Amino acid sequence: MLGSARPGAAGLTPDASPPPPLKAESRDLSFHYGNGFKALNAITMPVHEHRVTALIGPSGCGKSTFLRCFNRMHDLYPGNRYEGAIVLHPDNTNLLADDVDPIEVRMRVSMVFQKPNPFPKSIYENVAYGLRVRGVTNKNHLDDKVEESLRGAALWDEVKQRLNEVGSNLSGGQQQRLCIARALATDPEILLFDEPTSALDPIATASIEELISELKKRVTILIVTHNMQQAARVSDYTAYMYLGELIEFDRTDTIFFKPGRKETEDYITGRFG
Amino acid sequence: MESASALDAPVGATVPTVVSERLARKFSRNLKERAIEALLFLAAFVSVFTTAGIVYILVKESLVFFSHVPLWQFLTDTQWTPLFADAHYGISVLLSGTITSSAVALLVAIPLGTTIAIYLSEFASPRAREIAKPVLELLSGVPTIVYGYFALLFVTPLLQKLIPSLPGFNLLSAGIVMGIMIVPYVASISEDAMRAVPMALREGSFAMGATRLQTALKVVVPAAVSGIAAAYILGVSRAVGETMILAVAAGMQPNLTFNPLEPAATITAYIVQVALGDLPHGSVGYQTIFAAGLALLLLTLFFNLVGFWMRRRYREAY
Ligand SMILES: Nc1ncnc2c1ncn2[C@@H]1O[C@H](COP(=O)(O)OP(=O)(O)OP(=O)(O)O)[C@@H](O)[C@H]1O
Ligand SMILES: [Mg+2]
Repeated sequence: MLGSARPGAAGLTPDASPPPPLKAESRDLSFHYGNGFKALNAITMPVHEHRVTALIGPSGCGKSTFLRCFNRMHDLYPGNRYEGAIVLHPDNTNLLADDVDPIEVRMRVSMVFQKPNPFPKSIYENVAYGLRVRGVTNKNHLDDKVEESLRGAALWDEVKQRLNEVGSNLSGGQQQRLCIARALATDPEILLFDEPTSALDPIATASIEELISELKKRVTILIVTHNMQQAARVSDYTAYMYLGELIEFDRTDTIFFKPGRKETEDYITGRFG
Repeated sequence: MESASALDAPVGATVPTVVSERLARKFSRNLKERAIEALLFLAAFVSVFTTAGIVYILVKESLVFFSHVPLWQFLTDTQWTPLFADAHYGISVLLSGTITSSAVALLVAIPLGTTIAIYLSEFASPRAREIAKPVLELLSGVPTIVYGYFALLFVTPLLQKLIPSLPGFNLLSAGIVMGIMIVPYVASISEDAMRAVPMALREGSFAMGATRLQTALKVVVPAAVSGIAAAYILGVSRAVGETMILAVAAGMQPNLTFNPLEPAATITAYIVQVALGDLPHGSVGYQTIFAAGLALLLLTLFFNLVGFWMRRRYREAY
């Protein structure tokens, strides 16, 4: 089953090549929810530039929690607390530092959610949203960016005739690509995906996966997925998490074929989780 | 009954005792359901019947009125003097008071109510909300007669310091206080609509680097627009139907004006005045209140239709 998924198909060169430079790394990252629950425990993990890193693990192990640290989403709810650091390269700043503005972080680290969540606005305005929020009003610039982003999300040809229609009129897969276009419009450095295809049919899923492989030329990608084949198909690196801990991190082909830890192997082969 | 049991019986079930047992149980359950259904229908019927009764009385009595006063005169006359020897019945006179006072009220209630709703839904801490909500509810529980005297004895003198020429009875003061009275309705319904906007939409906005204010104004309000429109329409209906504040603070003399600085009677204030007065039942003068009531009903109906249309329009758009 996994054999046919061809891990490493996402474009990794053989083992000998040096790993690409780091885009970010989490250092001893722990996270506490407002109710006191410690959802992440001392996670240290690299994020390689222009690569796709998949986060896998059983439900409730903290994948979403970890992902949402990267754009400080947890700041929206009172009482949440980070410990440790997420260092963004090349400027070597800690995203989680108190003096870092979460809004600035979100301008550099964009996010696509599990369920497509287009705004109650036109397709055009959905994509232009991030720019408008940044005060861009130049119509030509907006037009260019909207087209570029929709092309980047492989949606342009389907919607170029109806940019003024509301985004929620699109199909689920198109809505998700609209959300990807929206995230791309502001030229983020890192793109976070939290189970972006779990609400989609297989064909829409395939097109999103293809898109993710394409997008890594432009951005660094972190993706949470429950689908082993998806992790194998789209990612270059895979992190296996369990109960808030990072159990193993390695190149995807290593994780899938020669995992270093028994727990990882059990999970991958379906003996657990 | 029979067809239902036939559907229920598993294919090939041939033991007759089992079937009849199932039938019996089903029957009693059906009976109970029917009784509940009948009860619910009765409840619905009573309210529909009451509404129909009101409309029937209004129309019937108005017909009597319109047999004395032609409709075109009712609509076009610019005087309202039913009690004078030279009687005139121009509803536009009362309508102007209603429209002007309602407009003032909405100018107060819509900005204030919407702002409060946005604050409560998007900015307030749970603790602040816990305090503010009951206060708002308290505000909407104040009897309108109290608001009326508040307008007459407190707001009007205050306004007279700013506008010395303001008469003791005026639409402005009554309208402002009426607006304050409506604020809780507008705020509470708008807030409900905004809170119903899924968190996922807000998170999507925040994830794009939007601030709270941007998220509230650019995402939450548009997403809740149909509910907010409903809140405004409800506010209009309350303003148009409000009686006591106007009867107390706006004066009761009919006055064709759209100037809030003048005193004027509204449709509702006029109805109270006549209903409490000693006009003989059955006289044309008394009959006017039914015609005025019908006009009021049509006005509210009109606003409800506008609200309905707006909601549908926006639902289509979003
Ligand atoms: N807002 C919250 N407050 C308190 N605890 C939370 C909150 N959100 C999540 N948790 C807890 O944190 C742990 C990790 O949750 P998280 O959503 O990150 O898991 P996940 O790996 O993404 O799971 P899934 O695969 O089901 O999405 C879980 O035990 C969960 O119950
Ligand atoms: Mg999750």
